[in-house]
Amino acid sequence: MAPRGMAGQDSVSAPALSTRGLDKSFGSLVVASGIEFALPQGARYALVGPNGAGKTTLINLMTGMLRPDAGRIFLGEQEITSLRPEERVKRGLVRTFQINTLFPHLSALEAVTLAVCERRGHGGAWWKGLPAYREAVDEAYGILFSLMLGDYCYRLTRELAYGQQRLLEIALALATKPTVLLLDEPAAGVPNEESAELFDAISGLAQHISVLFIEHDMDIVFRFASRIIVMVGGSVLVEGTPSEIAADPRVREVYLGKKHHG
Amino acid sequence: MTVLAPASAEPHRYLQAQIRWHGLEIAFWIAALLPFLLFKTYLVLASQIAITALFALSLDLILGYAGIVSLGHAAFFGLGSYTAGLLAKLGWGEPLTGLVIAAAVAGLVGYAASLVIARFRHLALIMITLGMGLLLHEAANSASWLTGGADGLQGVRMWPLLGYFRFDLYGVTAYTYSLIVLFLVFLASRRLIHSPFGLSLRGIRENPVRMPAIGAPSSAHIRKIYTISAAVAGTAGALLAQTTQTVSLEVLSFQRSADVLVMLILGGAGRLYGGILGAIIYLVARDQLSGFNPQYWYFWIGIMLIAVVMFLPNGVLGGLAWLRAAWRGKTA
Amino acid sequence: MIGPLVGVLFDGFAYGMLLFLLSVGLSVTLGMMNFVNLAHCSFAMLGGYVTVSLMNDLGWPFFATLPLAFLAAAAVSVVLERVLYRRLYRASDLDQCLLTIGIVFVSVASAAYIYGTVQQPVQMPDYLQGSFVVMGVNIAVYRLFLVGAALAITLILVAGLEYTRFGAQVRAAVDNQRMARGLGINVGGVFAVTFALGSGLAGLGGSLAIAIVGLDPSFAFTYLIYVLIVVSTGGLGSIGGSFVAAALLGISDVAGKYYVPQLGSFLIYLVMLGMLMWRPAGLFGKR
Repeated sequence: MAPRGMAGQDSVSAPALSTRGLDKSFGSLVVASGIEFALPQGARYALVGPNGAGKTTLINLMTGMLRPDAGRIFLGEQEITSLRPEERVKRGLVRTFQINTLFPHLSALEAVTLAVCERRGHGGAWWKGLPAYREAVDEAYGILFSLMLGDYCYRLTRELAYGQQRLLEIALALATKPTVLLLDEPAAGVPNEESAELFDAISGLAQHISVLFIEHDMDIVFRFASRIIVMVGGSVLVEGTPSEIAADPRVREVYLGKKHHG
Repeated sequence: MTVLAPASAEPHRYLQAQIRWHGLEIAFWIAALLPFLLFKTYLVLASQIAITALFALSLDLILGYAGIVSLGHAAFFGLGSYTAGLLAKLGWGEPLTGLVIAAAVAGLVGYAASLVIARFRHLALIMITLGMGLLLHEAANSASWLTGGADGLQGVRMWPLLGYFRFDLYGVTAYTYSLIVLFLVFLASRRLIHSPFGLSLRGIRENPVRMPAIGAPSSAHIRKIYTISAAVAGTAGALLAQTTQTVSLEVLSFQRSADVLVMLILGGAGRLYGGILGAIIYLVARDQLSGFNPQYWYFWIGIMLIAVVMFLPNGVLGGLAWLRAAWRGKTA
Repeated sequence: MIGPLVGVLFDGFAYGMLLFLLSVGLSVTLGMMNFVNLAHCSFAMLGGYVTVSLMNDLGWPFFATLPLAFLAAAAVSVVLERVLYRRLYRASDLDQCLLTIGIVFVSVASAAYIYGTVQQPVQMPDYLQGSFVVMGVNIAVYRLFLVGAALAITLILVAGLEYTRFGAQVRAAVDNQRMARGLGINVGGVFAVTFALGSGLAGLGGSLAIAIVGLDPSFAFTYLIYVLIVVSTGGLGSIGGSFVAAALLGISDVAGKYYVPQLGSFLIYLVMLGMLMWRPAGLFGKR
C-alpha cells in the first residue's frame, strides 16, 4: 500500500526533487509562474488541478523538455536546470507520458531492452548482437514480468491492448532505474476498475523511488497520495495532506468552478 | 517489493531467432554468383547493380533504420567517386587503399554534415540535405580544374586489383570486386542493425520524442550512423569510379539521390535487403527498356512511386511479408 | 558606374518577383497543412505549356492565355488534391516527398513526350518587347510589366487575406489548425481552395516566366529548387516573408551570375544553407 506519513522524512534529508521560482510563458500565455515545489525522498505525491492548470508543463520543465524562462531545478542537491533531458534521465529523473509515447513497431521486449541497454551504456555498441547482452535482456524481461506483461512481451507495441500500453509506458521508465518518477496521468483512458490495478502496481514500486503523479480521479488521489499539490493557472494554489486538501475551501472553489482560472 | 521474474530462456530464444540466417538469405547470396555462369555478357550490368545496391544499403542505414530522410545522399557517393578517381589520376591507382581513403573522406564529410543534420527534422531536414547535395554538385561543377567539370574526370588509370587482376572489359574483375565489397559491408551492416546500437536507431525512427525520456543520446547516435552511412556511400562511389575508370559530374546529381531513394522505397526501407532488391529491379528494368528514351523511363518511375506510396507503403519486401503473414493466418 | 549596378538590381528584382509568384502558393499551403508538395512547379510548368500551346497553335494573344493558364493549373491541382494528396495529410514527410516527386517525374516525362525536350519559342506582343533608358539605366519593358503584375497580385493577396472572410479563415488555419477547427472552420475545404489558388498562381507564374527563363520539361525540377529556397527562408505561411526572400534571392542570383559567373548557383545554395541553419523556420517564420 501507499506509504503514508513518509513526509516526515523531508526534514532529515534534501528533497529528491525541488524547484525554485520556475517561470514559463508562451507569448502572453503564462503556463508557469513562480513555482516552488519539493518532493521528499520516497514520497508519493499527487499533482492535481483543472485542465490547462500547467501540470504537464511543470513535468516538461522539470524533465528538460521545455526550458524555463526563469528559476532553478534541483535533483537532490544537484542543480539540473541546464542539463539536457537525457542527462537528467541518467541522473535518475524520469517521466512517463499522458498520451502513449511508445515505439509502435518494436516488441515490448525490444523496447524495454532498448531502455535497459541505454542505461547500461551499451547504446552505442554495434558489433555484438542483442542476445550477447544476456543480463540486459533478463532485466528487461524481469521488468515486463513484474508489470504482468511477461506473456505479451513478444508482441509489437502497437498490437498490445491499450491498458498494456499504459503499463509499458511505466516499464520503459522503470528500465532507466529512476530515483524520481513523474507519472503524467498513468491511468489516462483506462477504465476505472483497471486503473486501481495500475496504481497498485505503482504503489508496489521500490520505496526509494520518489513518485509524483498527475491524476484526475480524486478517489485514486486520496487513496494513493501522501500529499497533494493543487495547481491553478500556472501556479501552486495549495499543498497539503489529503484531508487538508479535502477541507480546503479554495480547492472546492476551483473544482466547483466558481472562480475558474483554467 | 520487487517481483522476481523466473529465469526464462524464452526472451533469449526470441532474440536469437531474429538474427539467425534465413535459408532464403543464403540462397540469395549464392544466386548473386549466377551471373558468372549464366549471364556472362551482363557482368558489367551486374557490377553496376552491386555498386548501386551498396549505395542503397547506405541510405537504408539512415533512412530505413534511423528514419532520417535525405534528398542529397549522392553527395557522399560523389565524394567517394571523386576521391578514388583523383587518387588514380594523380598516380596512385591501387584500388583497395583508394577505396579505404575514399570511404574515409566521405565519412569525414559525413561526420561534419551530421553535426548539422542531427539538429533538424521534417521539412528543414529535407531542405538541408537537398541543399547540401546541390551545393556539392555546383562546387564540383565550378571547380573544373580539379574535377573536369561537366566533361567529367579523364585519365583515371587503375592498377590491377591485388597487383594481379586487371579491370577487364567484360567486367569479371569489376563484378567480383564489387560483389565482395557489397557482401562484406552487408555483413557488417547486418551485425550493426541487430546490435544494441541498431535497436537504438530503430528507437529513433519509431519515436524521437521518447528517446531522450529513456536517457538515450539520440544526437550522438544520429551522428554515428550518419558517418557510417556516408562512408558506405563513399565506398560505393569509389567502386564506380574504379571499375568504370571515369567520374562524371552525374555522380553528385540530384537525380542520383532521387534514384537511390526510389530503389530503396521500391524494395522496402528498413529491411536490409530492400535496397538491394530495389537496385536489382530498377537497373534490370532500365536495362531491358533501354530502347526507351530516358524521359519516358521516368514516367513509369513516377507512376511506380505514386503507386508504392499509395498502395505498398513498405515496398516489395513489405508486401511479400504481408502476403506471407496473411497466408499463415489463413492456414493456422 | 552606377548604371550597371542599378540595372542588375532591377533585373534581379524582376526575377525575384517571378520567383515570388511561383512560390507564394506553396508557402501558404505548406504553412497550413505541412504538406511537402514538391510538385508545385509542375503546376507552374503546366501553366507555361498552356500559354505556349494557345499562342503558337491557336494564335491566341498572350494576355488571353494567362487566365487559362491560371485555371488549368488550379483545376489539375484540385483533382490531384482530391484524389492523391488528401490521403497523405497525416503520412510522413517522406511519403509526401515521394508521392510528389513521383508526380514531378510523370509531369516532366509527359511534357517531354508532348512537346519534346527543346525550349519552347514564344513571340511576345510588340508592346512588351524592347527596352528604354531612364537616367542611364536600361529597363526592359517586359521586366517592368512583370514587376507591376507581381506587385498588383501581392496587393490583391494581402488585401484578400486581411479583409475578406475567407482570408481570415486561411490565416486562422495557418496559425493554429486545431483551434481553427474548433471555431467551426472547415479547414479541409479552406485548404482545397487555397491549394487551387496557390497552384493557379504558380501556373500564372509559369506563363509569365517563359519570356525570361524559357520553358522546357526540366522547368519542374529547376525552379522547384528556387521555390523551396524562397519558401524555407521566407518562412512557411508568410506572404511578406516569401516576398522579401524572393526579392533577395532574385537580386543575389542575378548579381552573383553577373559579377562572379564562375561560381554559378553555388552562392545561392550556400546562403540558403546558412539561412536554414541560422533560423530553420525562416526569416519571418513563427516560432
